[in-house]
Amino acid sequence: MTLPSTISTSAPRWRLTPIQIAGALAGVALLAIVFVNGGYFVTVIGFAAIYGIFCTGLNFFMGYTGQASFGQNAFAALGGYGTAILCAGQGWQPIVALPATMVISGLIAVVIGYPTLRLRGHYLAMATFALGLITYELSIEWIDLTQGYMGYAGIPPLGIGKYELTGDRQQLVVLVIVLLLGVWIANRLRNSRFGRALRAIAGSEAAANALGIDIARYKLAAFVVAAVYASVAGSLFAHFIGFISPEVFGLSMVTLSFTMLYLGGIGTIWGPIIGAVIVSMLPEAFRGLKELQDIAYAAVLILILIFFPKGLAALPGMLWRRRNESKAEGAP
Amino acid sequence: MTLAPPLLEVRELSANYGRVMALKPVSLTVAEGELVTVLGPNGAGKTTMLRAITRLVNAKGQVLFKGQDVSRLATHELATRGIIMVQEGRGLFAQMSIRENLVLGAYTLGNAGQESERRLAEVFTLFPRLKERVDQIAGSLSGGEQQMLAVGRALMAGPKLLMLDEPSLGLAPKVAANILETLGELNRRGLGILLVEQKAPLALKLARRAYVITLGRIAAELQANEIKSHHDLAKYYLH
Repeated sequence: MTLPSTISTSAPRWRLTPIQIAGALAGVALLAIVFVNGGYFVTVIGFAAIYGIFCTGLNFFMGYTGQASFGQNAFAALGGYGTAILCAGQGWQPIVALPATMVISGLIAVVIGYPTLRLRGHYLAMATFALGLITYELSIEWIDLTQGYMGYAGIPPLGIGKYELTGDRQQLVVLVIVLLLGVWIANRLRNSRFGRALRAIAGSEAAANALGIDIARYKLAAFVVAAVYASVAGSLFAHFIGFISPEVFGLSMVTLSFTMLYLGGIGTIWGPIIGAVIVSMLPEAFRGLKELQDIAYAAVLILILIFFPKGLAALPGMLWRRRNESKAEGAP
Repeated sequence: MTLAPPLLEVRELSANYGRVMALKPVSLTVAEGELVTVLGPNGAGKTTMLRAITRLVNAKGQVLFKGQDVSRLATHELATRGIIMVQEGRGLFAQMSIRENLVLGAYTLGNAGQESERRLAEVFTLFPRLKERVDQIAGSLSGGEQQMLAVGRALMAGPKLLMLDEPSLGLAPKVAANILETLGELNRRGLGILLVEQKAPLALKLARRAYVITLGRIAAELQANEIKSHHDLAKYYLH
């Protein structure tokens, strides 16, 4: 009964639309301007890159797998404090400390995720929120380890051996490379069998389960991936600024990353980066408005979410479809 | 000479929702290559029974598949054994394309590309409409097309036993008849099917045997052609 089929199980080839090419060029242009001018904007875009990495991981768990986590800041704290303790406290090389903190965060994510991910919906959200709060309290109270409110200073910049990236621009290059590597890995995983299973879980847990997908195992794997991304972001923050304190990984990190994720486009590949860049740059763009700065910032965020509910990453697709539709209507 | 065990044997299977016993101990069998239908009014426990067999709800009792006790297996492990269910409401991944849904159907195959392609070709032979719209998003399909996709996706899993929960629900009579006719064709090729269906006349045309469930228990088991001789059942299910 088998008939030859010209249709394959593999996905259609990915093609860049002109709008996407324009977006990529805009990103390169932004980086070039920041790189040439240097100064404070290097720090702003550096933060955006770090948050881009954090949100790419969060997107894995929330966007692709459809689960809620309000506690990924805990793993960023693990990465940040792990880096501070190992590099500033124990004299480890950053190149060794970074993978070490990734492994530690991943293992802790397995231990925490195994019981926690049995919860669903609001209950899972509350449990992960508690995880973030507990980590925050620990970073304040466990003074011997974290130096409490005083924070941890003297964290060396990224480097290998005697060669350290002391300049902001050099560090920015590394941050952007790590970010693009993180996005590339996330994209590869998303389009793999593993990623398809995660998206199936987001679509319908019962249906995915009935097709042979081990829901608990895959949720845990996605949680660990997100935790490792968060840990990397925390480590890079520590190296980039040279100082960390509990506030860095507090509630503001959760709200900021959620804003970035939804504004950029949850469940999309480029959404986390777009969101991170826009949310990082908007306050700077409105700095001249002085006391009206926060109002203008909030108004723009609300307007974007009203007019682009699927996030800015969905904009090129929307414009491209509209263009094709108007072409089709104009055809004889 | 020993007789081969049934494809599916359910022994004293029961399930609760909280304090409510939705399924009182029920027993049934499906032989190799047999199409068995389960009839019953709304709320009788038909869906619960399928969900109990596939462990989507906690259940007591025993489920044997090809003579092996699979009662302790999780839902996804049952799928790897070849017990595949098409759920009520179809359970499609609405944001994914037809192709992506079908590929996920073959999830248990791993990365066996050739076998996956072969099954895809078979599904497209049965449902050419799916081939025409292969990159269309599942959520944008008509009800009939969605049901075709749900059955097609289940076939991609290479089922040894296909269980369907009201596949004709919400479909126009002609579309429903086409879907059920396809199930008949699959059964004639040797696939064991357990069909829960509201449209009893259509189901009874295809089935060899029927179970009637009311109030969470099996009220009758009979050959499909016997139902006419049971005045009450015929009045309820054939009109």
